[in-house]
Amino acid sequence: MGTLIEEIFSRKARRPVQAGEIVLLDVDHIMSHDNTTPLAIKAFREIDKPILDKNKIVIHFDHAYPAPNLMAAEAQKRIVDFMKEQGITQFYHQGICHQVLIEEGYILPGRVLIGGDSHSNTYGAFGAFGTGLGSTEIGVAWSTGKAWFRTPETILININGQAKHGVFAKDVMLYIAGMLGMDGATYKSVEFAGSYIDNLPMHERIVFPNMSTEIGAKCGLIAPDQTTIQFLETETKARGPFEMVKAINPNYEKVIEIDVTNIGPQVACHPDVDHVQPLEQVEGLEIDEVFIGTCTNGRYEDLEIAAQILKGHQVSKFTRTIVTPASVQIYDKAMKNGLIQIFHDAGCTIGVVGCGACIGRHGGLLGPGERAFTTMNRNFIGRMGSPQAEIYLGSPAAAAATAITGKITDPRIYLEA
Amino acid sequence: MGKAWKFEDNLNTDEIIPARYNITIIPLELAKNVFCEIKPEYTKTVQPGDVIVGGQNFGCGSSREHAPIAIKGSQAKCIIASSYARIFFRNAINIGLPILECPEAVADITEGDDIDVNLATGEIFNRTNGHQYQAQPLPQFVLKIADAGGIVNFLKTHDIQELLS
Ligand code: SF4
Repeated sequence: MGTLIEEIFSRKARRPVQAGEIVLLDVDHIMSHDNTTPLAIKAFREIDKPILDKNKIVIHFDHAYPAPNLMAAEAQKRIVDFMKEQGITQFYHQGICHQVLIEEGYILPGRVLIGGDSHSNTYGAFGAFGTGLGSTEIGVAWSTGKAWFRTPETILININGQAKHGVFAKDVMLYIAGMLGMDGATYKSVEFAGSYIDNLPMHERIVFPNMSTEIGAKCGLIAPDQTTIQFLETETKARGPFEMVKAINPNYEKVIEIDVTNIGPQVACHPDVDHVQPLEQVEGLEIDEVFIGTCTNGRYEDLEIAAQILKGHQVSKFTRTIVTPASVQIYDKAMKNGLIQIFHDAGCTIGVVGCGACIGRHGGLLGPGERAFTTMNRNFIGRMGSPQAEIYLGSPAAAAATAITGKITDPRIYLEA
Repeated sequence: MGKAWKFEDNLNTDEIIPARYNITIIPLELAKNVFCEIKPEYTKTVQPGDVIVGGQNFGCGSSREHAPIAIKGSQAKCIIASSYARIFFRNAINIGLPILECPEAVADITEGDDIDVNLATGEIFNRTNGHQYQAQPLPQFVLKIADAGGIVNFLKTHDIQELLS
């Protein structure tokens, strides 16, 4: 009995667990990537105990892959050597860790996953508990299979109403981030529910738990339903039976009601993710780089809407436009269905699958004084390169429209009603 | 007993230690540059047992562990803040840096006050003005990790199950 997170923790702990209780849980999978694995290896070596179960371990190369410099190359070689030495075989390099984990069937309702990456909250879109931890804890979990958690209190965000044409999950989530602020849900579990969420397809639902990180949450959760199951069975390697976890007589710390009917396209402005404004407030601001991709908005449908807008247009001459599919599977589908051709014809650059320009390691760094419009989830100063650059965040549709004009542009002028 | 060093709300991990110094993970090395941009006098006069007093959302920003390691390496006894960024909170516990939440203490303490903290009971005593504040006591398991000097050290001699037993 309890909130979704209390239910998930109770099943794992095999006893009723309530908010506030500290639990030591068996984790189903432990994820880390090229950026966070080296320090995990260090902690693991110091503990000096063997890996408990190597089938729990999943390692991805995505943040700076293929290595753009010697330091990254050396770090990646050390990780590969470690995997060979330990017999770790669940190793992937065909896209962003969070997307590949979903595609490969690691994310199932009711599972408990930890990741050496702050956007591990993403898995909550499937009713799994996912959260980001420091590297030391990744090393600890390799040898113990466990992690400790304080069972969080829950904020329910009830989202109802019908979104206007040209308004996407990203706009709604940015609106929420603007409303709650960067520490609006610190330590908390955030449950996203309501008729708006119920009617959303998975690729749009994922945006909410993914960006629950931006409001400080420990996890963001959506209860699994038919949409979830169908997606898992058709788009991923996961197979049932599935644990249909749900909240039972939950006690919420806070309930927030949101009506999407009057929300228009939103933009998170430099320099904070909670500095959110309706797009029209910043319309016309000149943009040097447009970047469409990431674990938030680099999925097939995101590319599809961008291609729909870009088709028959050229991107503005001085606005370099980078499109980076989140995974090879997505790239493949985009290629087969002609999206890549549309991007090429419009003058876009296709990035190597992975995190790409998102963390300013490779594939689209910003120089001083430059301004980017991206589909990323955060806009910390210096994230994409120069600390003197500015980052604005919005939907893939807004990004595509902005690429055409070279200025922040409302996508609705390019979308047929 | 120790001196209070006060910091603002939303202190981020780059302000605790700028990313360019994160080339080592040796606590004493990191400690040489802790707070170097926002409070350069800290490293010159900090004494073992001094106390860091922060505001809300202490340690926001990166998930890297260098920030709490740098503070611990500087020999500070603990942090008292109104609230912590989530991953900083876990990282601090796991590396064995005690952290207390106590908005009343944060509001009342001024830089330089002489502060006494009982980590097990959560009692904070301000010797300068005679006020006392009560933070939530640290859970037993946090004290176990802190006593061992971090979770890695704890696991060298214990099974993880012993954390909560
Ligand atoms: S795409 Fe960006 S936010 Fe997502 S995992 Fe990669 S670096 Fe992090």
